[in-house]
Amino acid sequence: MFDTLALASLPPEDEALRPAIRELVARAVADMPVDRRARSWQGFDAAFSRRLGQAGFLGLNLPKRYGGQERGPFARFVVVEELLSAGAPVAGHWIADRQSAPLICNYGTEAQRAFYIPRICKGEALFCIGMSEPGSGSDLASVRTRAEKTATGWLLNGQKIWTTNSLHSDYMIALLRTSGKPEDRHAGLSQLIVDLRLPGVTIRPIVDLTGDAHFAEVFFENVELADDALIGREGEGWKQVTAELAFERSGPERIYSSVVLLDAWVRHLRETGRADDATLAMVGGFTARLATLRAMSIACTARLALGESPVVEASLVKDLGTHFEQELPVAIGDDLAGHPDEPASTELYRTLLYVTQVAPSFSLRGGTREILRGIIARGLGLR
Amino acid sequence: MDSNELLEPFERMLETISSPAQVRAVEQGASAASLWDELVQSGFLDALVPESAGGAGLALADVEPLWRALGRHAVPVPVAETMAARFLLAEAGVDAPQGPIAFAAARPGQDAIVPFGLVAEHVLVDLGDGMVLASVASGQAEPTGVAGSLAARMRWDRVPDGPGPPAPEHGLRPMAAVLRAAAMAGAAARLLDMTTAYANERVQFGKPIGRQQALQQNLAVMAEDTVACRLAAQLGCAGGVVPTLAAAATAKSVTSASAARIAATAHAVHGAIGVSEEYDLQLYTRRLHEWRLADGSESYWNRLLGRARLASGDSSVDWVRAQVFA
Repeated sequence: MFDTLALASLPPEDEALRPAIRELVARAVADMPVDRRARSWQGFDAAFSRRLGQAGFLGLNLPKRYGGQERGPFARFVVVEELLSAGAPVAGHWIADRQSAPLICNYGTEAQRAFYIPRICKGEALFCIGMSEPGSGSDLASVRTRAEKTATGWLLNGQKIWTTNSLHSDYMIALLRTSGKPEDRHAGLSQLIVDLRLPGVTIRPIVDLTGDAHFAEVFFENVELADDALIGREGEGWKQVTAELAFERSGPERIYSSVVLLDAWVRHLRETGRADDATLAMVGGFTARLATLRAMSIACTARLALGESPVVEASLVKDLGTHFEQELPVAIGDDLAGHPDEPASTELYRTLLYVTQVAPSFSLRGGTREILRGIIARGLGLR
Repeated sequence: MDSNELLEPFERMLETISSPAQVRAVEQGASAASLWDELVQSGFLDALVPESAGGAGLALADVEPLWRALGRHAVPVPVAETMAARFLLAEAGVDAPQGPIAFAAARPGQDAIVPFGLVAEHVLVDLGDGMVLASVASGQAEPTGVAGSLAARMRWDRVPDGPGPPAPEHGLRPMAAVLRAAAMAGAAARLLDMTTAYANERVQFGKPIGRQQALQQNLAVMAEDTVACRLAAQLGCAGGVVPTLAAAATAKSVTSASAARIAATAHAVHGAIGVSEEYDLQLYTRRLHEWRLADGSESYWNRLLGRARLASGDSSVDWVRAQVFA
């Protein structure tokens, strides 16, 4: 089963991107303590995002006429692998590059493409995604926030929550109810682009358990949107969102959330010279799993490169990958505190606790574990 | 050659020579001679042997799907070992015997559990400081006492007679590990198919048990482990015929660590019928458990991999790229 997921290799022309992106990343993280690097997904640095854009590392899969590179999913794999394994701050461009630009490219009007995509590719238009609402997390079909059709466009009222990076973003792509009622489920949902500087938009940060504030509540009170805020056709929002989530789940980002901690721990072991059997087995076990997950992620990327949408396969890699990401801080914590006479540096301790505390989010963002397993079960023909 | 062109005739052959009834017969002591004759005549045993020596000269990556098929069909003879042994013998200019060849790591005077030891005619023995192709009769071979098992507890009191082709750099074990990993991935795939089909058929409380979310969640994890086994085995077989230590370790670590979980879920979903002898599930779960222990378990390979990893100053991703994906 799932036999199409088979070992594939990265094409040499995409591997060739590695030295240049690596150099750029190395400069960006050179002075960052390890626990800042461990934030990678949450690390916001607008200047770095612009540098990536100028160097041609954003919009890798997008058409050249909109400022993209027309390279394909393997190129993105290489660049994202380099960014995340070094712990580069990717939050600025992350969502725009990964989700918003492909969405606008696939479903948007020519005018929308021409207006937004070149700026995304330069790292100059930052996006967030408004899906979750109070009461609607995994059950996205129940969203209540409405955009009413008016003579000149749309009138927006309601609230979004857990919108990552909305504080720093220029735009939100919001999933909204444009017709019918929440009971109508998938029918009547649409995606609209909201300029977050418009009157009536209020953004209130939500401080997380690590003291960071990367997500927020966003309130809409009689926000007036122009006609051309709609992406694609009215009522097609559900179909678009589903395709978008499949794209979000299939990348290398589902393996590497704890890799900065893993590397810091390995450095600690090298410095202390500890090499008993239990330690070696632990290092080796993580290494074998990392290698296998990487092979699975590249295999998934190969399906994308063939133009497929490997929804089930991506769910499979994401669930196994986030399990690995979550197990690392637990095991490394036990290992370090299991050797109380061999103290970890303050930096390593801070990194460990940071990753430990945010780890629950690894299997929440982009689809919870239980929902993904339901998708896999459907792929197995069980439902 | 397209991998399906190779795999399809091989699968067809295994379906006729290695049905569950035939597997049971061999496990209960019937001769495997006619089954072996088919394999010899098929030419597949020389798949890895260079063309200059009369073989097909295929790469390990080409042969890996065949090794997985062996696991999927619970083939009761050491086909993968014989294919790998014939390659090593051909490289050394030694004529291969006709019969099945098993792999063993055994110093004189030391017992070793040898997969397929009860049905092999020859054993390629890794003595630690060299290899010998010994006849089974030259040593002592006893059943392990495990019901249905084809493994033997073997021992040679002195260095056995026989040709001594040079051992690969790290001995036989990396080759054994990757062929075992592929067979385990195959057995795991068969178990996933059987278990999913059973969950769709078996009705309790008025509906198929596979409609229960709790079962669906467990089967999804089983599918994840099964796919991980396949990719790990493919990684192990991606290099030359003699795999690197890091590639072999990755393949066997992941398949061995997954094996117990996969077998446990298969049995849990099947309920009582799964533990009966007459039901086929045990043919595959027993093999997974035996093969997990054969050629080094997950912790054995993890230690080797961990030592190599710690010896380098590279980041984890760089190290894996350079050593496992090389």
